[in-house]
Amino acid sequence: MITDAKGRYFVSQKADRRKELLVNQACKTFTSAEGEPVKALDDVTLSIRLGEFFVMLGPSGCGKTTLLRSIAGLEHLDSGEIYLQDMALSGLPPHRRPVNTVFQSYALFPHLSVWENVAFGLKMDKLPKDKIAERVSEMLALVQLSDVGGRKPSQLSGGQQQRVALARALAKSPQVLLLDEPLSALDLKLRRGMQGELKRIQHQTGITFVFVTHDQEEALSLGDRIAVFENGRPAQVGTPEEIYRHPVNRFVADFIGDTNFITADVESEAGKSRIAIGGQRFDVEAPAGQTVTVAIRPENIAVGAPGPGKIDGKLAELTYMGTDLRCSVELPDGQALRVRISPPFPQLTPGGPVGIGIPADAIAVVAD
Amino acid sequence: MAARTAVRPGQLSAWFTTPAILLGLLFTLGPIVVITSFSFMSQPEAGSGVVMEFSLASYQHFLFQEDFYGQMYFDPRYLNAFGLSLWQAVGTTALSVGIGFPVSIWMATKPPKTQNMLVLLVTIPFWTNLLVRTYAWILFFSGDGTANTVLSWFGIEPQQLLYNSWSTLVALVYTFVPFAILPMYSALAGFDFRLAEAAYDLGAKKLDVVRKVLWPAVSGGVLSAVALCFVPAFGSYIQPVLLGGGKVLMVGNLIADQYGSARNWPFGAALSVIILVLTLVGAWALLAWAKRSAQTVSLAV
Repeated sequence: MITDAKGRYFVSQKADRRKELLVNQACKTFTSAEGEPVKALDDVTLSIRLGEFFVMLGPSGCGKTTLLRSIAGLEHLDSGEIYLQDMALSGLPPHRRPVNTVFQSYALFPHLSVWENVAFGLKMDKLPKDKIAERVSEMLALVQLSDVGGRKPSQLSGGQQQRVALARALAKSPQVLLLDEPLSALDLKLRRGMQGELKRIQHQTGITFVFVTHDQEEALSLGDRIAVFENGRPAQVGTPEEIYRHPVNRFVADFIGDTNFITADVESEAGKSRIAIGGQRFDVEAPAGQTVTVAIRPENIAVGAPGPGKIDGKLAELTYMGTDLRCSVELPDGQALRVRISPPFPQLTPGGPVGIGIPADAIAVVAD
Repeated sequence: MAARTAVRPGQLSAWFTTPAILLGLLFTLGPIVVITSFSFMSQPEAGSGVVMEFSLASYQHFLFQEDFYGQMYFDPRYLNAFGLSLWQAVGTTALSVGIGFPVSIWMATKPPKTQNMLVLLVTIPFWTNLLVRTYAWILFFSGDGTANTVLSWFGIEPQQLLYNSWSTLVALVYTFVPFAILPMYSALAGFDFRLAEAAYDLGAKKLDVVRKVLWPAVSGGVLSAVALCFVPAFGSYIQPVLLGGGKVLMVGNLIADQYGSARNWPFGAALSVIILVLTLVGAWALLAWAKRSAQTVSLAV
């Protein structure tokens, strides 16, 4: 039972609202530079579990950053609500929300030292000085920057600035930490290191991380769960494996990892829906008479010498990548498939005939 | 054999800059040297000009006069002109910066294209001669001018609005508002408004954001504005002459008088040197403050 400020009882509309950050029917429309209305958030309903590392993935302009800023209170929703457990965030100004943000540009205060940057939020909360000092030292130790507290942000490397921004946002012990493409400005090697660091810090603090990125690899490696955004709404929400193995539509399959798309007509055969790829038949869950798109991951296809039970194809291209062999094979009907082969590598001759093996479970029918 | 510094491609030998340096020295140091030496020379028996005879009389003349019996006594008349200049300069600076600051914020938060347009609008007055623009204020304040016409709509009798320190102040503020807007605008335009968002996110209220984030970033620009208004307003000449009508004696007019009707060149030079020294002390203090608080204060537009 929960009471409001006046002591009246009210019953939470949703019983399991306790352990989640709930976005309910959020809508937000912007006006573009050309004067056209753009739906940044199109009726988004999303439940983020407290304590998880949640990744919002999508191309630029898909609404993920708008949603993040709406949770922070830097953007106002046209309609819809955001709840953190039983607290309605929507009406609160940014400084009253138990949420902090790591900005894409870091937004470190240039006139303040690293130490003062981390202390900023604590000073705003009017904490006693010794508490602030203790907390700042703790945070700088957490991000391994204890020895640069006296420096100005401009004297730090990009990776260090990134970690100061993280320490500053974590210093206030937010219930939810929002990260807006925090690693996009770092080079690849540094980004990998920071990904590990973020994962470690998230485990260590137990704080809910909501992480926005357009990098699918980053999303897969970081997220406990991922929401793939398409045109202002999540197209699919799930664990990295669910999203990778069972994409709900062509957009998600295409955005996550590398995928071959094959179109085929569904035929009814012995009461089952089937499609034919290069003369081989596969059971699918789709009504007969339709044309469907199926997604096949390159690493799930086998290529070798032609033989029975294999699809006859032609090897069009072959590239040796060290850890794997990438090739392009042509099906009898002319459709091309990209294939990634792990060692041991078979003997293949570009231009020659090959046998293509597609396991039945490698085929996923995706909506367009 | 003396080693010669190699000239890199795209770089000219140091000799090519010599004419520019000489010209620069001639027109900046030259007048200062002339004025400073004049201030330590003597007045000729008759007529204007100076005679080459060392004298501190001009500096003494600033504060003391000789009475009929040859006794020196303290005369605050010239000091009063300094005082009036000081007040006019303080008023001009306060009003110009006060009007300019909200305008600068408004400008800096517009889309980039609009901002360029607005900067152009602010600089439009510079395209017309200052003398002409100051004359326009005479027409505005005159007996049958715009100001009195507006007053008459409210049934107020025509007033003598011209030739006092208030009309002078209005013309000075009018002149210096663009000089206040430009440096403050440029500081604000360089301000990353995402920092304000970060501050809000970390629990800062509006006032905290202005005090702790916006002000440290733009205070350098505000100080530049103060310096750019105060220094020229202190020595202003046209506005007190035209709108003060000879009744408002500011340092600028006082100096002009010494080279004109009063025919006391050494004293005019001494007054200029006093202003120069005061200004240098002020600028030095400003820069020292700027260095201590790691601010960028620009003393030029």
